[in-house]
Amino acid sequence: MTARRSIWDLANPRRFMGWSGAALPWAWTLATLLSATGLTWGLFFTPEDFRMGHSVKIIYVHVPSAFLAINAWMMMLVASLIWLVRRHHVSALAARAAAPVGLVMTAVALATGAIWGKPMWGTYWAFDPRLTSFLILFLFYLGYVALWQAIENPDAAADLTSILCLVGSVFALLSRYAAQFWSQGLHQGASLSLDAQENISDVFWFPLVLTMAGFVALFVALVLLRTRTHIRRRRLHSLSLKARLA
Amino acid sequence: MIDFGRYAFDIWLSYGLSATLIGGLVIWSLAEARTMRRRLREREE
Amino acid sequence: MIALILRDLRLAIRAGGGFGQGLAFLLILATLIPLAVGPRADLLAPVAPGVLWLGALLASLLSLDRVFALDLEDGSLDLLATSPVPAEGVALAKAAAHWLTTGLPLTLAAPALGPLLSLPASALPWLALSLLLGTPALSFIGTFGAGLTVGLKRGSLLLSLLVLPLYIPTLVFGAELARRGATGLPLLTPLALSGGITLGCIAVLPFATAAVLRVNLR
Repeated sequence: MTARRSIWDLANPRRFMGWSGAALPWAWTLATLLSATGLTWGLFFTPEDFRMGHSVKIIYVHVPSAFLAINAWMMMLVASLIWLVRRHHVSALAARAAAPVGLVMTAVALATGAIWGKPMWGTYWAFDPRLTSFLILFLFYLGYVALWQAIENPDAAADLTSILCLVGSVFALLSRYAAQFWSQGLHQGASLSLDAQENISDVFWFPLVLTMAGFVALFVALVLLRTRTHIRRRRLHSLSLKARLA
Repeated sequence: MIDFGRYAFDIWLSYGLSATLIGGLVIWSLAEARTMRRRLREREE
Repeated sequence: MIALILRDLRLAIRAGGGFGQGLAFLLILATLIPLAVGPRADLLAPVAPGVLWLGALLASLLSLDRVFALDLEDGSLDLLATSPVPAEGVALAKAAAHWLTTGLPLTLAAPALGPLLSLPASALPWLALSLLLGTPALSFIGTFGAGLTVGLKRGSLLLSLLVLPLYIPTLVFGAELARRGATGLPLLTPLALSGGITLGCIAVLPFATAAVLRVNLR
């Protein structure tokens, strides 16, 4: 049989189990190496910031987790769209697998931000637009995870959560602008941007980029692992259904 | 060992908290993956 | 569709739920807030628009789980799904009926409760206007959430968890509009944004609601 090769073949559950099983050890290794190097470098071998002193070192967990918090949602949005349009089960399960990771990353970004905020701004929490947006993002993750857990029929759960993800994305974006409109910020601008003028200086930049790459690898590893678990759970479910019918 | 001065507590707290949360997620995912793999193997045998 | 709206309205009046309970809830909230915060007018007046907005939002939320649940129980939702009215039309009619039974009465009642919270009389029209603009969005978002959770037992807590984050933009701009109206600040931006969000919700969300209803009735 000469099946037409396309990228969608990778989303076939059997094929997915094959390549993801092979990719997982690499993702774990990369995640460990990059994060460990970046964090050690950042923590012990970078100088103090002239304004923030040593507290600048919190940046190495704060920025990568915040970066993933947003991009995990983006990934869920894309995966939900793929599920709704092309009905690939793996895609729906990958969105489900990413949600707890995004939830934890949002929590980490909020917590490290609060700890950092205390010495810098003199308060753990302020209703600054960025902080508020992250708190709202956290709520959206909670709702999404709760909806997955509440629905028993797997296809209905995939459909409903995908639609919620789509609608939620629009409202999350609106909430972001609402928060910007509603309060003036304390939070500094982007730490990393293509506009070199705004960037933080190179000494901090290299270990930060390493750590971010490590966190991305960690995200990939976690999503692959959790998707594999969900596929197995689904297979177990259908096997027991079959056994009951037989 | 480098001295973080007056921010030492904040730095270690944020690193510790992040490690706990992310480590917890990793351990939970691994444990879940292992249980599911075992149960599926038992069922298929 | 109009028949469907009228039917829902009749049911709400006859069951005594829709109109009465939401208003009673808002009245209780407006009574409890001063009891909790203290009777000082200088403390209450600045937060009054926000509190009344929050009360309207929660009252609207509380009546959501009956939007589809009763129809699902007696099977009329399945009849509606097979009727010539498209699911989008059903969603639109349901949201409109929800607004007529909760949003509109709340809009009319909230200014009457303003004095309880030391809100100056000059602010009352702005409060009413902001609620008039904002509450339809609450009904349409809420109907979407009700559609998502319609088949679930013990779905009402989940419904709040899903719907409240979606209410955030409406709340921010609505309450801001009421606050600026009360203090005489320029209010064109929140006015435009409130109206824009509501129009967007009315235009788009019936389609999303119809999609989730089709999934749930499959």
